[in-house]
Amino acid sequence: MEVKVVSSAFDPWQEIQQYQSSIKDIKGKYGATSVFVGTMRDFNDGDNVKGMTLEHYPGMTELQLSKIITEAMKEWQVLDILVVHRVGDLFPDDPIVLVAVWSAHRGDAFDVSRYIMEALKSKAPFWKKEILQTDAERWVGENTDGYSKGKE
Amino acid sequence: MSIKVRYFASLKESLGRSEDELEFVEVITVIDVWSQANPDSELPANILAAVNMEYVALDSLVKNNDEVAFFPPVTGG
Repeated sequence: MEVKVVSSAFDPWQEIQQYQSSIKDIKGKYGATSVFVGTMRDFNDGDNVKGMTLEHYPGMTELQLSKIITEAMKEWQVLDILVVHRVGDLFPDDPIVLVAVWSAHRGDAFDVSRYIMEALKSKAPFWKKEILQTDAERWVGENTDGYSKGKE
Repeated sequence: MSIKVRYFASLKESLGRSEDELEFVEVITVIDVWSQANPDSELPANILAAVNMEYVALDSLVKNNDEVAFFPPVTGG
């Protein structure tokens, strides 16, 4: 299990490759790896966005993310989890968040990926401030619903 | 007792400061900490609170050397 909060750009695919090569003890045990990558858009709420500043509460962020992972490990059959989240100044196309889950079967990998992302969105103390094309700045008020067709 | 108060994001900007150090003599709750630190402004409705980095209700008790934080809804991910 690993949680990383990073203040410079990261490559999610490289992170997965590195992490997976470090978890040799589960080699041959996982049949499913789910990967979620959140990326910065160049638009939001009808405006063009040219940059973003991500603030966080150091310490509380890591604590809350670790608690979310612990909850997931209790609830599902999971072999390993990697969570990486950016802070600082971001630009469109920059990766914001990576959640990778390794499990024996796909059900657990898919479900835990979803669980971690939704919990992170409501509990991890990060805040986004957008810089619009017009140079105006605005705080994002709240996260939107993550279920495209409603939650069951 | 000594309490450290921290503010984040839009709340930090609207208050114009990121932290306060307060001294109390009586037993207090999270909302009492806000009121003493910000006597002229009511706690905005959507603000969340944490004590020592764990989410708490506004009527939770606060102890000596606790770190109390107030912040708007989180928007990571």
